[in-house]
Amino acid sequence: MTLLHGRARTWAGFAGAAVLLFALAPLALTDFRLGLLAKYLCTAMVAVGICLAWGRGGLLTLGQGLFFGLGGYAMAMHLKIADAGPGNLPDFMQLYGTATELPWWWRPFANPAFALAATVLLPMAVAALLGSFIFRRRVKGAYFAILSQALAAAFAIWLIGQQATTGGTNGLTDIQGFFGYDLDDPVNQRTVYFVIAAALLLLIALARQLIHSRYGELLVAVRDSEERVRFLGYDPAKVKLVAYVVAAGMAGLAGALFVPAVGIISPAMIGIVPSIEFVIGAAVGGRASLVGAVLGAIGVAWAKTALSEEFPAAWTYFQGLLFIVALAFLPGGLASLGGVLRRRRDRQRKAAVVAVGEAA
Amino acid sequence: MTVILGQTFTGISIGAVLLLIALGLSLTFGQMNVINMAHGEFIMAGAYTTYVLQKSISGAGISLLVALPVAFIVSGALGALLEWLLIRRLYLRPLDTLLVTWGVSLMLQQLARDIFGAPNVQTRAPDWLTGNVTLIGGADPLTVANSRLFILGLAVAAVVALTLTLRLTPLGRRIRAVVQNRDLAEVSGISTARVDRTAFFLGSGLAGIAGVALTLVGPIGPTMGTNVIIDAFLVIVVGGIGQLKGTVIVAFVLGVLQSVLEYSTTLSVAKVLVLVAIVAFLQWRPQGLYTLRTRSLV
Amino acid sequence: MSSGSSILRRRFLVGGAALAAVVALSACGAKTDAAGSSDKAAKADVSGDTVKVGLLNSLSGTMAISEVTVRDSLKLAIDEINASGGVLGKKIQPISEDGASDWPTFAEKAQKLIQEDRVAATFGCWTSASRKAVKPVFEKNKSLLFYPVQYEGLEQSPYIFYTGATTNQQIVPALDYLKSKGLKKLYLVGSDYVFPRTANKIIQAYAKANGMTILGEDYAPLGSTEFSTIANKVKASKADAVFNTLNGDSNVAFFKEYKSAGLTAKSMPVVSVSIAEEEVKSIGSQYLAGQLTAWNYYQTTAGAANEKFVKAYKAKYGADKPTSDPMEAAYTSVHLWKAMVEKAGSFDPEKVKAASDGITFEAPEGKVTVDGATQHIHKTARIGEIGTDGLIKEVWDSGKPVEPDPYLKGYSWASGLS
Repeated sequence: MTLLHGRARTWAGFAGAAVLLFALAPLALTDFRLGLLAKYLCTAMVAVGICLAWGRGGLLTLGQGLFFGLGGYAMAMHLKIADAGPGNLPDFMQLYGTATELPWWWRPFANPAFALAATVLLPMAVAALLGSFIFRRRVKGAYFAILSQALAAAFAIWLIGQQATTGGTNGLTDIQGFFGYDLDDPVNQRTVYFVIAAALLLLIALARQLIHSRYGELLVAVRDSEERVRFLGYDPAKVKLVAYVVAAGMAGLAGALFVPAVGIISPAMIGIVPSIEFVIGAAVGGRASLVGAVLGAIGVAWAKTALSEEFPAAWTYFQGLLFIVALAFLPGGLASLGGVLRRRRDRQRKAAVVAVGEAA
Repeated sequence: MTVILGQTFTGISIGAVLLLIALGLSLTFGQMNVINMAHGEFIMAGAYTTYVLQKSISGAGISLLVALPVAFIVSGALGALLEWLLIRRLYLRPLDTLLVTWGVSLMLQQLARDIFGAPNVQTRAPDWLTGNVTLIGGADPLTVANSRLFILGLAVAAVVALTLTLRLTPLGRRIRAVVQNRDLAEVSGISTARVDRTAFFLGSGLAGIAGVALTLVGPIGPTMGTNVIIDAFLVIVVGGIGQLKGTVIVAFVLGVLQSVLEYSTTLSVAKVLVLVAIVAFLQWRPQGLYTLRTRSLV
Repeated sequence: MSSGSSILRRRFLVGGAALAAVVALSACGAKTDAAGSSDKAAKADVSGDTVKVGLLNSLSGTMAISEVTVRDSLKLAIDEINASGGVLGKKIQPISEDGASDWPTFAEKAQKLIQEDRVAATFGCWTSASRKAVKPVFEKNKSLLFYPVQYEGLEQSPYIFYTGATTNQQIVPALDYLKSKGLKKLYLVGSDYVFPRTANKIIQAYAKANGMTILGEDYAPLGSTEFSTIANKVKASKADAVFNTLNGDSNVAFFKEYKSAGLTAKSMPVVSVSIAEEEVKSIGSQYLAGQLTAWNYYQTTAGAANEKFVKAYKAKYGADKPTSDPMEAAYTSVHLWKAMVEKAGSFDPEKVKAASDGITFEAPEGKVTVDGATQHIHKTARIGEIGTDGLIKEVWDSGKPVEPDPYLKGYSWASGLS
């Protein structure tokens, strides 16, 4: 039994996470494993947004790869320009391109402030544009899911087709520096990890703020009964739009930080498969719970690495099985496991009492 | 002129393939609202069935014809099994269904890799399907491949059979009743669970037939299902859920659109343009081309 | 959860931000312009009586159709070496990792092999995209990669040995062959990624200088299987021949469509640079008989070394399994590494590199020699014709191994390319 409640528990959670991420992990893990953790934390950042938009808002966000990619490419374009140095073209453009100067849509990214802002604002703007159409037309459920996938796929195919200016299938690789710091240096790699960990905690705090605000209540209401919210005089389209745009911004930031952590961004991170993988982490952990979604995302990403290292030829069986068991038999994700067990125990204890309806 | 005609014919044949792939989904996704990502692997199962049968039956033509009913049953049985094991627990949770069946699809792909090997396998097409017929002769002849005509015929036959099943048989009446109002159907004495399973058997079985057809035009390998699955979902979404005629029209329209755009640009550009056109279309008609009026608010 | 006071919650945010800022500022490493960043190359672990090597191939995803056979071939070579006493008295212990057809995963696994498993060398990768993704990893860690697939050239990483063909050992000889046969109007079809696009740039430059015309150039996204329109375009162009740089699944669909359109090896031959015996087997000689391929090795290549290789491969993996060029290059790469290590007397990558120049091996494709300057190998170019039995019969060869020229410096027409 936990002795802490409410505020104190949240406080303790944050403090514990901070100690774990900032003190224990860097001490316990090798440089390589810490780099992997940085990568997992990036997917956890996407999961925070998914928790908000899907877990709380009921939006089937199956196209997060699109926003992750927008953020990632915005960051990588700036870093490639910076690596090349003033007046030079990025290496892949010299190899595959025909142009002798930067394409016009690359040029603004030479400015670090613009690029940094774009990593978050660009995905948010795209999400706002798409969302305002989609939600106003009341596109819902499966339609929205398939539509998101189509968009992510279209963006990936477009990137692949523009090899001379986007690096094509290769993506933007071999990124050397991060705002003047050499990514080759383990100390700088560690700093990148700290930045990512701090960003994740910030996003969690932000999402928590939103979830526990009046807006958060409204969002859940829209998820559970859109019609009733409409009858009460609210515009569900606007409520959903905010969650969708915030989730997109978070995915964009995650993509941007993924680039210095891994040193590569490619269309392989954008299409349908990664978009599904982003959602699966949150679902396995528990979509409606911030802690569940974040831990689920980290756990699933870690499991993928661990299983594929252990069983390189058969790991997809285990991965598939994990998804099936976690999702088909534990609808609330692992976060609900405690609740499920507690309820079962309670039920046994008060066997005579008529079972109360449970929220699915 | 021949170019335009030729591309239209090509478009129709692309549409026929799309239609055949999407037809099974029009039942499982369109009628029952289940996003089954493993549908692509049922197509794969149909293709591998053809491969296995060709090893035991020597004549390429006969084995292909035998493969059609066998693949229907193999894939259908896989589908019914999946429904019974997993999907029936997941109705009303569309995204969960998608993710769970995604897991199933990963496992089935790996299974195919372990049984048949990672490289693609080969099937022989019968000689009467490898040639082509000339529609307009002359210096720039307009020809249509026999295999494409066969697929077109197969798609039309499947649509007719499915329509008749839904319209005329007691089973079809039950399926339609469940789709239109599940609760009312249930209280009228229809076993909705059984109807669901039967519909899933039919839809997955159609995927098996699509798999047999795909052996004539494409590769047979563990990832063949993933290559086509999203296109198939798009056809259903644009056509309108629960409407067969929408699926048929949209499959052919998308096929022609793709082939015409591709001729004037490139395959990549055409694909992107088609996807963008679909998104724009859904802004205009969010429920697809045709909508089925049901009493549910969802 | 109960809703807490907003003041307290704001403190979280402020606290979190402050914490982040402090941590971010506290640790700052070398700047990009700082000279001589710390040398942190992971040293291979060669202390025991075994030596680890990494096998990095896609065992799942779309590329598994090709890469699994390369992994099998690498294992065969390792078994052979172990059976004959190992390398410098140590048995080779292969560590296999799945690149999963995903480029960032390749980079992750490469790093794992080098830093965690401390492998002495790594063998694998197939697509150019995966090689580009791992290249910085191998360079930063100063560890060696042996890359066994023909590729687009224009690359020379100090830590990669390229045992497949570069462009002047495959594409240029194929063009020479077409020219000698009087096939001067070409149509280019390729998958939409680096190798085909770069190859086609080279073909365009060659055509310009040699009086050939390119009638069209079409790309399909990797994995796409709808080729009816491209077949129509090719047919309408009335080209003499098609130069095909499609990869993987797409080839199956392309050749099925090609035949359906009524095009044959007689009316319009196709020269392919990514179709080897394994692909022939999965497409079917029904669709391929008579078409041309350009490689450095075929299962039918004459010689005792090849007989031994084919026999050993079939004994290990099954009589119906064909051998192909990338498999042969992979097999050869392990033997070359062994020879380099033994000449250097050390597993140290720098010493192995220094010892590499002039190393020869009686490979299944014939004698190959390592060119130390480019870290490519001298290979014999071969044009083959696909037979009805699914095997490829050589119709032309370069007579002697061709010196690798990844940047095509020896060809005046290629001066504008790099």
